[in-house]
Amino acid sequence: MATIELRQVEKKFGALHAVKPLDLTIKNGEFVVLLGPSGCGKTTTLRMISGLEAVSGGHIYLDGRDVTWLHPSERDIAFVFQFFALYPHMTVQDNIRFPLQAQGVAAAEAEKRVAEMVKMLRIEHLLKLRPGSLSGGDRQRVALARALVRRPAAFLMDEPLGALDADLRESMRAEIKRLHIANEATSVYVTHDQIEAMALGDRIVVMSAAEVQQVGTPAEVYHKPANLFVARFIGSPGMNLIKGRYADGVVHLPGEIRYQVPDSWRGTLAESLKDGEVILGFRPEAGLLSDNGTLTGRVYATDMQGAFTMLHLALGDETTLVDVRAERWVDYPLDALVRFDIDPESVRFFDPRTEKALRRGKAQ
Amino acid sequence: MARFEESGPRSPVVESIRVDLVHPRAQAGLAIRSVIGIVIVLIMLFPVIWVAMTVFKTRPDTVAVPPKFIPYVEDGLLSDFCMEPQLNKDGSVKLDKDGQPVLKEKSICFDVVLEGAVGLFFERRTLTAAQQKKYADDPNLGWADRILLKRGTLITGPSEFVQRFRNSLIIAGTSTVLSVAFGLLAAYAFSRWDISGKPDLLFFILSTRMLPPVVVTIPLFLMYRQLGVYDTHIGMILLYTVFNLSFSVWLLKGFIDEIPREYEEAALVDGYSRLQAFRKVVLPQAVTGIAATTVFCLIFAWNEYAFSLMLTSDVARTAPPSIATTQGAGGLEYAIIAMASMLFLIPVVVVTFALRQHLLRGVTFGAIRQ
Amino acid sequence: MSHVALQGITKRFKTVTALRNVSFDIRDGEFFVLLGPTGAGKTTTLRVIAGLEQQTEGHVLFDGQIIDDLPPAERDVAFVFQQYSLYPNMSVFDNLAFPLRSPLRRVPEDAIRQRVQHAADILRITHLLDRKTSNLSGGEMQRVSLGRAIVREPRIFLMDEPLSNLDAKLRESLRVELKHIQKTQHSTTLFVTHDQVEALTMADRIAVLNKGRITQVGTPTDIYDQPATTFVAQLVGVPRINLVPAHCEDGTLVVADSPLRLARPGSCDLPATFRLGVRPEHIIPSADGEFVGQLVLIEPLGVESILHIKVGGATLVCTVPGMTHYRLGDEVRFNIVRDRLHYFREDGTRIQV
Repeated sequence: MATIELRQVEKKFGALHAVKPLDLTIKNGEFVVLLGPSGCGKTTTLRMISGLEAVSGGHIYLDGRDVTWLHPSERDIAFVFQFFALYPHMTVQDNIRFPLQAQGVAAAEAEKRVAEMVKMLRIEHLLKLRPGSLSGGDRQRVALARALVRRPAAFLMDEPLGALDADLRESMRAEIKRLHIANEATSVYVTHDQIEAMALGDRIVVMSAAEVQQVGTPAEVYHKPANLFVARFIGSPGMNLIKGRYADGVVHLPGEIRYQVPDSWRGTLAESLKDGEVILGFRPEAGLLSDNGTLTGRVYATDMQGAFTMLHLALGDETTLVDVRAERWVDYPLDALVRFDIDPESVRFFDPRTEKALRRGKAQ
Repeated sequence: MARFEESGPRSPVVESIRVDLVHPRAQAGLAIRSVIGIVIVLIMLFPVIWVAMTVFKTRPDTVAVPPKFIPYVEDGLLSDFCMEPQLNKDGSVKLDKDGQPVLKEKSICFDVVLEGAVGLFFERRTLTAAQQKKYADDPNLGWADRILLKRGTLITGPSEFVQRFRNSLIIAGTSTVLSVAFGLLAAYAFSRWDISGKPDLLFFILSTRMLPPVVVTIPLFLMYRQLGVYDTHIGMILLYTVFNLSFSVWLLKGFIDEIPREYEEAALVDGYSRLQAFRKVVLPQAVTGIAATTVFCLIFAWNEYAFSLMLTSDVARTAPPSIATTQGAGGLEYAIIAMASMLFLIPVVVVTFALRQHLLRGVTFGAIRQ
Repeated sequence: MSHVALQGITKRFKTVTALRNVSFDIRDGEFFVLLGPTGAGKTTTLRVIAGLEQQTEGHVLFDGQIIDDLPPAERDVAFVFQQYSLYPNMSVFDNLAFPLRSPLRRVPEDAIRQRVQHAADILRITHLLDRKTSNLSGGEMQRVSLGRAIVREPRIFLMDEPLSNLDAKLRESLRVELKHIQKTQHSTTLFVTHDQVEALTMADRIAVLNKGRITQVGTPTDIYDQPATTFVAQLVGVPRINLVPAHCEDGTLVVADSPLRLARPGSCDLPATFRLGVRPEHIIPSADGEFVGQLVLIEPLGVESILHIKVGGATLVCTVPGMTHYRLGDEVRFNIVRDRLHYFREDGTRIQV
């Protein structure tokens, strides 16, 4: 197990920055998730750590050792691919044994380690089969076994659940977490699905357009997003973000709605906002339906999502939509007028020009 | 800990490549491998270069030992290098009546002449010394005649070469077009429809290629004679088309398999007929495959020797058999054979070069599956 | 827009039977979702309706008329594929116009221009009309695919998992848009997916397909609250429903392999052994909870946290709002909402209590 350190690691294609200079330290045994939409640079970063991609600048250290220019096979890392990359002509058992043979591990020791992995991933019944006859979930288990059997210093995973059906993704996600708790391997995991990132990560690195937007624990990126991108990207749906104008303790929102700013925020807002333009943010579950609510909207759509109902409300005209999460039995007809409040602990404010979050208590 | 500059590449890496390929050690290795590669290529190409040189040699030069490598033009290019003073037995320089050194050519040099190049196109007869002198003074002699006169021959008429070459163009060209066209339709059917016995049919088609031509030439000869297509263009075109069909069906099926069905199905649902969907949607995407297949079929038909030799005699004979059997007055005329060979190379080289982008993709088809 | 019905559709391929006696109907203007795992036969069903595949038995009806013999071109359906439906080497405009330029339709050029513009406006891709399709992002490509279907103004839209190749975030936004377009245009739509969130949020009615058979047809509420089989119960609902084997003993429900005991429901006869279903939101951790277990896994999702609680040999999954204060290994006390229990026979079918 090892620490991974990236210092000013960057990747360019010609003049185009695929990854802007990035600093990151991953502690021993930590599970770090690189999260972002397609093309944000997360997979390129993972590939640079593995050696499958050469860096354009910066250094990568594995346990203090500079591995920036080492061949992938010399770095002691294991890679799990999205499309499994299992050897189709070998049985499952041979597939798992293969990396150990490549390393020259003695046959008896290799058998022991393979058995241990097979038990941990519960694939004993698949040993003699070929990958071609296995389901997606089973194939991914075999790929995980093959990577783990090497007991590598670091464990890199590139969207390993992307090719699986939705329900399988849920159970495999829990399995990957269980595995991590059991073997405490330093892991770097890439995904575009923020639910996976929140469920699995000890820390999440949110990336967009080749840059790191925020690094933090799931609680931090969820409750204290650093900027508009993180606020929108984390959570499904993302945070509601409404443009408004601040003046004297009140934010004026579309539809002639006046939002009374909680006292703890007044100082910050008065200092930080030059011309009063502000973006107000709250998560759908922070919207509290109430007959005496200070904010009003008209129902644009309702979604029954099983355990809860999601109300899509239009503030003012139909151009500003917010999502409010409600109890399952809530059911308003289209265009009904709904009143709600925002939980004062959960409201957030952002500067529209810098797109950064305003921190309560001090100016940004 | 090593610094970036010491352990990494000398200039920033700005493309997508694996770490070990960028390392200075790897780059040096690449340079060495490139040099070795070039040397091997030159060795492989040497016979072709030799044939090209043979075109311009005189008859004795073509068979001279030690072999002559270096061409020069009299009183022109490289003649200074190639002409050296002749020596007397005692080692002194031999002088002619004017006191100038007598020059002889070096043994590795040869005089560039155009007899072979020109002689290919004409029938000649040998002249006696007296006749040669007579014609030498004739002002009506064309430039071709003059060149051949130097060798003591006179043009009597055009040779068969041009006709044979034209036959090759017609027969190989037409059969390639036909085998690719039919192959495309058959490949599309095999790829898109569930035909009963499909694997057997495909194997049968492939099996036609398994027969060595020698085995079937006698039966074909008898058949052709009976049907009256012996020594006809139609007969040869038919034969080459059928022989190439196996190859083109298999190759094109692989390409068409790679084109997702959804494209045609979208067109079908939108209101196009199968044929229209095929024309508008499948064909544009199959272009690289068609190009690759065309090149391979053309190469086979163009170079084909055995069938042409056995099943033609005069009218429809193509170039390959006639090149090999070119005889001159004094036996095999290597310069003429060499010229014929070089000319014969050109059409295929031109077509392959024109389609080279498509060929690269064609070689790797089917290797990458989604 | 049309009313489409399937009657007893069976489709046999050489080695496998893809559809068995599939029957359902789609009302005019309805957003109907066919939900099922990969390989259930959803795509085959779409292809049979479109005419790309001929059924072995059964009939397809449009507005009450049997159309089994019509070729795809004449059925007037629009198909949106998962991918590979945009013609490369053509601009977006030409892609959108392609269906209208087919010889079958003979639409004049200015009418074509109008319809293309209209579709582009609805999908907000007017700025892309001159671009080549190879220069588009995934989301833009799917919008153009949808546009190609919309210009056709067909009797029914057939959509084969059009959102599954997109990023999670893009999927969310396109989902809302698609539903909105369908509602404003009143288009009869048959939408196929394996994603139950898509099904629950977008559908007017859902048909659940499993191994070629229709398991249940109903509104999202029916499917979620009254699943007809364990398969349906496990298919919808995130996180998945907890299903545990149980039996009755002296007037109490005993969950196999665990110390969980529940009072037996009033008026029913339960078989000797059966399966008990509890949705994660109906397990409620509470300091004075009736039951107790140990916390073996925590998945913090922000809006809620998923707790995996081990009770004897069984592990139950429950959701709690927000971030949890519990830590791994903690002892957790919880209650179960009694009137939200589901009972299933061993063969998977629902027992009504």
